[in-house]
Amino acid sequence: MADNKFAAYICSGCGIGDVLDVKALEKVAQKEGKMAVVKNHAFLCNSEGVQMIRDDIANDGVTHICIAACSRRAKAEAFSFPEVALSRANLREGVMWVVAQGSDHDEVRQEMAEDYVRMGCAEVKKMKVPAGSPTKAESKRILVVGGGMSGMTAAVAAAETGYDVVLVEKTGALGGYAAKMMKRVPFVGSYAEAQPTGAAELAAKVMANSRITVHLNSTLAETAGSPGRFTAKIAQESGAVVEEAAGAIIQATGFTPYDLNKLPELGGGQANVVDQTGLEAFARAANGGAIKRADGKEVKSVVFVQCAGQRGAGGNGSGKHLEYCSGHCCGTSIKQAMYFKDQNPDIDTVVMYQDLRVPGMGEDFYRSAQQKGVIFTKSKVNGVTGGNSCKVSARDLILDEDVTVDADLVVLATGQVPNAGVNLDEWTAINTVAEGGDEAAKQQRSELESTSVLKLKYRQGPDMPQFKYGFADSHFICFPYETRRTGIYAAGPVRRPMDMYQAQEDATGAALKAIQAVENASAGRAAHPRAWDLSFPQARLEGCTQCKRCTVECPFGAIDEDERRFPVFNESRCRRCGTCMGACPVRVISFENYSVDTVGSQVKAVNVPDEFEEKPRVLILACENDAYPALDMAGVQRLTYSAFVRAIPVRCLGSVNTIWITDALNSGYDGIILMGCKKGDDYQCHFVKGSEMAHYRMSKIGDTLKQMSLEPERVVTHEVAITDHAVVAKIINEYVAQLEALGPSPMKGFG
Amino acid sequence: MSQAYKNDFLKEVEANVEDGHMVKMCMQCGVCAGSCPLGPHWEHSPQKIFMMIRAGKREEVLKSDSMWMCTSCYNCIVRCPRKLPITHIMHGLANYSHRLGLAPDKQPTREIAKLFWNNIVKTGRVNELTFSLAMYFKDGFGQGVKNAMAMQGIGLGLVKAKRLNPMEILGGHSCKDKSGIQKMVAKAREIEDRRRGLAK
Amino acid sequence: MAKKEYAYYPGCSSQKKASGDNFMRSIDVVCQKLDVQLNEIPDWNCCGASIGYGEGGELPRLVLSARNLALAEKNLPGQDMVSVCPACWLGSREAAERLHEIPGLMAEANEALKEAGLKLDGKVKARHFVEVLIEDVGFEAMKKPVVKSLEGLKMAGYVGCQTNRPFGIAGESFENPMYLDKMVEMVGAEPVKYDQKVTCCGGALAFSEPDKAQNQIRQIVESAYDHGAEMIVTPCQLCQANVEIYQSEINKKQGTKFNMPVVYYSQLMTIAYGGSAKDAGLDGQLIRAEKLEAIAGK
Repeated sequence: MADNKFAAYICSGCGIGDVLDVKALEKVAQKEGKMAVVKNHAFLCNSEGVQMIRDDIANDGVTHICIAACSRRAKAEAFSFPEVALSRANLREGVMWVVAQGSDHDEVRQEMAEDYVRMGCAEVKKMKVPAGSPTKAESKRILVVGGGMSGMTAAVAAAETGYDVVLVEKTGALGGYAAKMMKRVPFVGSYAEAQPTGAAELAAKVMANSRITVHLNSTLAETAGSPGRFTAKIAQESGAVVEEAAGAIIQATGFTPYDLNKLPELGGGQANVVDQTGLEAFARAANGGAIKRADGKEVKSVVFVQCAGQRGAGGNGSGKHLEYCSGHCCGTSIKQAMYFKDQNPDIDTVVMYQDLRVPGMGEDFYRSAQQKGVIFTKSKVNGVTGGNSCKVSARDLILDEDVTVDADLVVLATGQVPNAGVNLDEWTAINTVAEGGDEAAKQQRSELESTSVLKLKYRQGPDMPQFKYGFADSHFICFPYETRRTGIYAAGPVRRPMDMYQAQEDATGAALKAIQAVENASAGRAAHPRAWDLSFPQARLEGCTQCKRCTVECPFGAIDEDERRFPVFNESRCRRCGTCMGACPVRVISFENYSVDTVGSQVKAVNVPDEFEEKPRVLILACENDAYPALDMAGVQRLTYSAFVRAIPVRCLGSVNTIWITDALNSGYDGIILMGCKKGDDYQCHFVKGSEMAHYRMSKIGDTLKQMSLEPERVVTHEVAITDHAVVAKIINEYVAQLEALGPSPMKGFG
Repeated sequence: MSQAYKNDFLKEVEANVEDGHMVKMCMQCGVCAGSCPLGPHWEHSPQKIFMMIRAGKREEVLKSDSMWMCTSCYNCIVRCPRKLPITHIMHGLANYSHRLGLAPDKQPTREIAKLFWNNIVKTGRVNELTFSLAMYFKDGFGQGVKNAMAMQGIGLGLVKAKRLNPMEILGGHSCKDKSGIQKMVAKAREIEDRRRGLAK
Repeated sequence: MAKKEYAYYPGCSSQKKASGDNFMRSIDVVCQKLDVQLNEIPDWNCCGASIGYGEGGELPRLVLSARNLALAEKNLPGQDMVSVCPACWLGSREAAERLHEIPGLMAEANEALKEAGLKLDGKVKARHFVEVLIEDVGFEAMKKPVVKSLEGLKMAGYVGCQTNRPFGIAGESFENPMYLDKMVEMVGAEPVKYDQKVTCCGGALAFSEPDKAQNQIRQIVESAYDHGAEMIVTPCQLCQANVEIYQSEINKKQGTKFNMPVVYYSQLMTIAYGGSAKDAGLDGQLIRAEKLEAIAGK
């Protein structure tokens, strides 16, 4: 390998040259940054400036570059030199646009810029050009689990895009729930009439597609591997097991209607009280003729009870029945009410709802049912009795009075229960006991595992984690298709309650995610959200103390343990967040372009003035996904904040290693702000648990501060969203004021 | 209450009430109720009237005086997200209940509407003086004198301002083709009554 | 510029010696200045007004307006039928539209019209005089004849209901129509912002439910006072009558001291065009618009 050659390029464009002393910056890069080549340019991102850099790489052997110009988030295409290591010193958004204008601030502005140049030079010296994961994908096939509307749609979408598909279906036929339906809620056209489900046509399309291999009457017996290299053992009806390779998995295992028998208060289990599935069966049997109930009597009056056993019907938080709204049931009841009205307009057809929820074009469908004479009444149903003449007792919420309605048939709109497999919390609790050797627990564990859908051979458990209410995992707020199992995507009602239209849309999205995953894996790149990233975690195992923190804290289950309890990284499951790096107490985990050293050297490169200068120094460790863009946006909006802060972007707050904190405090920084994404149930952390881990770790930093005789306010953590540009400026200014009141850090001068 | 939500009364309203076919389209949002200037004065909002019709409460609806509170301001119409012609439906229900003889006795707007209609059909144009006097005296002679006395300041003011002509008592404004207008209105009523099954 | 001609009927309240007598005098001046000619429809009849539904129902009420439309078609062919009264306009436009929209209704109307020897094709358009001013004449042309600015006068533009709902003036919002404020500005006066611009005055309920209607009127007048208005200006005869006439009643019953003049937009225009107080019909006010009279006398 050729020798390293370091170069710094300083841009004086966008007005940088007007407010900063660029010559002085050059001197800093040369003298303190020890850059072999230092150049400035009046317009570095134009073709001439970029060509200058290219020439130096090609002709001068430059291997490491620090560009001191705008934020790393700007001009990324122009400043793309994949063959060299690259750091960016943020002089525009980070200095010029946020430091107050005027000559009063010239000195602190220049000091800030010089520090960013020092930091950029220090960082790049510790960086290497990532080579990409050595373990590449072996398969680009996509395994689809479930042959209902979602699964079939995903399979066809992937196959038609040019990817081979293996589809595993538990039953003897494709079609799933849709195949049991008479018609579906309209999804095109005037939205006034129910439409054919299209399930049979889609199934025929699946069977006819030569790229799709279908396994009917089959389930997964075992799934192992990682993106690009999954192997699935498929148990067939005959008892035979076949093995299929796949690069990504789509779990489209759908839902089961909530058990009617759990609703005796609404007549569940009694004669002539059915759920929506039961009504579909009657409608299919009638086939356009008069709908008859189970005893053969023609239905002349029908009442639909919405939200049956849903939306906290058993009392919010009681755990009785479903807490949530299943989304599709209002539209489905409207459709089913039309089955009656279309056949005979004289049938008394009443829909009792509390809130009629018909998203999208469903409003037109609702209107159409009203036109047909379906009576909608906002009523809370208190009880149903079945039998030859059913009775529905309810409170009419508009008329504010109790009513009892007679009906030949009552249809309960029950909710969707996801077929998401094993609850990992339950599994983990049992597994912990089982690993202690408890035989009963082992038995329990194997019974539980027999209900698993994916049968993953992952140390974190046999299925993907469940999100709220037992639905399959989803990065619900930001990236709904993403799960914590890289390369495994959930689609359809297993992910959240939804109707058929949404399920098909969901399936198409999941197919695209699966394609993205196999392509990234085959290129040795990370999966979402760092899909371009060729770096991967590397551990110096000789320093490892087998503490297991990295394996436990990885949000994605990417790290296994070998028999000696050393970590084994599954690179293609890894998202490159660095949470393992932040967790490691002996700091043996790093990435080629992001490590304890690349950040630590920046922390140390800052020139910390002594206590007499009255210039506090505040370190900001800002999540690059939300907080750092918010800081940039503060600049774009020309909001001003203190020139005493020095911001370093981190991949995720989860990657923050406490050594950076202690190093900074030891070097005399007066305070540290950590800025990361929202944590908790409605988290926005791109890596799910990273910001939560950071908050947890920082809650324990108090002991360290105490040992150093420092006040607890010296380290603070904030949740920042990408839109919070005004908030970040306020946080900074208030914190600097607070530190000025607190006085300088007593550690100054010891560093 | 076992007949609740059966279609009979809704169908009657659809057949016999102006714009009654739109009652089923109400989505029960309540914007009409919050938009009516006479909100504090009716028992049932339009929203509730529509639900009562759908619930089959024939007597309660047709005997209600809520529809008679309509000032014809059309606020409910322009705000209704479902574009129900609420004002027209209220007018239609009021008229239907009046013609069935179910509307409340002595309901003042009902009585005045009748006086007004008779006044205009007589000559083709409003006679503001005779209409006012008829209004004052609708509750009997004694009350009429009281009403007239109470309003005499205003009446005299209007006369002074030449906006009320005392000579109108002798006949006043009138169309030439009075009999044509009367026959036309009688015919229209005959057609409408036939359509609604009210024909004698 | 060629004279603009329209078929027209004044309506019951704006006939000679009726409650809107003074209004018509100002309309005459405005027409003359703007070269608009209103041709009275021979033997026009009452539109049925807003309360006609009670006894008249749907078809009998609609045929009243249908007769006026038929007379306009017959006697003044090719001309739009214009009303100065919002209730007349609402009634005739409603008839003109609904007879087409509701299947069978036009035939039924013609069956009734036959009794009066008339027939309606239904091609005539029913418009309000304000529409003629805004759409056919335009603000620029309306401003031209202004010789006297009404500067310094603060006016509460009270649009009320029926020029505004359900049809409204094209391009205006139902919640905050601006055309009347623009007319006030056009004559040099200042429109005040207040919150009762489109509140109902009680309409016909002023007769049947006086207390309820007077509550409405009180809100309107009070808000105009609170926001610094010196007078109220309106396009509607019933609004004018209700809001002006009942102030003394409200004073008597509720101890208020209301004395707010209520004038028509056409009266402002007449004065601004150099007309006298009498030309503008200001002698017809129950509550004298003294500040306006003062400007007229200058």
